Amino acid sequence: MQFGTVLLQLSKGLVVSVEIFFLTLLFSLPLGLVVAFGRMSKNAVVRTVTKVYISIMRGTPLMLQLIVVYFGPYYLFHVRISAAYRFIAVIIGFAVNYAAYFAEIYRGGIESMPKGQYEAAQVLGYSKMQTFFRIILPQVVKRILPSVTNEIITLVKDTSLAFVIAVAEMFTVAKQIAAAETTVVPLMIAGVYYYVFNLAVALAMERIEKHYRYYEG
Amino acid sequence: MAAAWRAEIVSGACSRGIRRKIREKISMENLLEIKHMRKAFDELEVLKDISLTVKKGEVVSVIGPSGSGKSTLLRCATLLEKMDGGSLSYLGETVCKPQQGDAGDSVYVSKKELKKFHRYFGLVFQNFNLFPHYSVLKNITDAPLRVAGIPKQEAQERARELLSQLGLEDKADAYPCQLSGGQQQRVSIARALALRPEILFFDEPTSALDPELTGEVLKVIRQLAQEHMTMIIVTHEMNFAKEVSDRIIFMENGLIQEEGTPEELFHSSKERVQEFIGKLSDG
Ligand SMILES: Nc1ncnc2c1ncn2[C@@H]1O[C@H](COP(=O)(O)OP(=O)(O)OP(=O)(O)O)[C@@H](O)[C@H]1O
Ligand SMILES: [Mg+2]
Repeated sequence: MQFGTVLLQLSKGLVVSVEIFFLTLLFSLPLGLVVAFGRMSKNAVVRTVTKVYISIMRGTPLMLQLIVVYFGPYYLFHVRISAAYRFIAVIIGFAVNYAAYFAEIYRGGIESMPKGQYEAAQVLGYSKMQTFFRIILPQVVKRILPSVTNEIITLVKDTSLAFVIAVAEMFTVAKQIAAAETTVVPLMIAGVYYYVFNLAVALAMERIEKHYRYYEG
Repeated sequence: MAAAWRAEIVSGACSRGIRRKIREKISMENLLEIKHMRKAFDELEVLKDISLTVKKGEVVSVIGPSGSGKSTLLRCATLLEKMDGGSLSYLGETVCKPQQGDAGDSVYVSKKELKKFHRYFGLVFQNFNLFPHYSVLKNITDAPLRVAGIPKQEAQERARELLSQLGLEDKADAYPCQLSGGQQQRVSIARALALRPEILFFDEPTSALDPELTGEVLKVIRQLAQEHMTMIIVTHEMNFAKEVSDRIIFMENGLIQEEGTPEELFHSSKERVQEFIGKLSDG
């Protein structure tokens, strides 16, 4: 296979990886907030259920979770798994997994907020919603950005786990070519691609962090 | 109404009924009325039986040793904490009162009705609690805009007016972290004033400040007193309390132990009051 062809194939795989990456963030970032609320709920049942959910998500391999999401419907309901479901399963698997991690980060951030911020807002007459979305959340975002950046960088590399249910993301493609041509070069190139991808992510996150540097605290 | 009374008074027909009406009218000016307020945290009875009436324009200082319940009193009055017993009202409107009697368990009005009371009071905290992610101007305008629904232009004009009154005209675009403690506290006073409260509570507004910064905050409060802003000030600054207050309240063990004009308190016959004031007035 020509070098140019390899690059092209890998680039196609990269597009899939990037899709997994962005879709996962799109769903897991807000879902994490919902899970964090569940984790901090006054209702003991809700709190326990979310706690167990988070513990399973963090305590078992993501690869296994992807397999469960993909094959689960067949074993549970005996429905035929369509080809399109492969990609959907990857997004579901990643989103629910990352939501658990983000939830814990959010919770840490929310719990680190001084009580005085809530009280000042309450006395000024802000509603609970206004207090959370105008006063608390923007400050929490600044506080948790470094941890979120860590998670996001891990996610870039984790997208390669989609190979386990044969979604043609970059790593899957690289492995196929490597096997067919008996060379590790495609894998090395994939490594470079991941690195560049992560560099871009890190730069973007740095910019966001810089944006929040306009105040201290 | 008022014209009718006057007419009757002039015509010499000032009946008892009318006098009662006038008295009611005056008691309407009772901005804040607390009767038999009780509050406990689990077993700890922090407020045992506090009754306090504040009239429009009055400046009342609250003094007392640490743990005597001063903050808890302000927190109950500003609805940050729910009181257990007794009643609380602003401008004659009930926030909570016992179902029967004066000192029974407090029953609060509905959540929806409680909301409107936030218009009546402001609270200045010991450690400011400014919103660090908002500029000084936004700290002051955000609540008027979002809570009171005041138009942006008006809110900003009011904020700039307050800033210049408090000597902070050049700080509108600064962030709280760029200000000294004294400046932050003045911004937090401006933030409270922006909503035009009827009464302003201060919980040790200068306790977190260096002595040299304390003066600038006290100056602002003094200025407000001259403008007849109704205020309740918890403070350890005895000389200041003596100077600005119409009335001083000495609290201990969850009770008001002594209450009177500064003159009366500073010459109280109660040994405990003398001792406390003496200890804090030194230096
Ligand atoms: N949320 C709470 N839970 C339990 N105990 C509390 C709570 N808030 C206050 N207390 C207790 O109530 C008592 C009175 O506290 P409060 O803060 O009202 O005193 P204070 O007069 O303001 O004292 P200081 O001068 O030190 O500020 C203290 O013993 C305090 O520990
Ligand atoms: Mg206190």
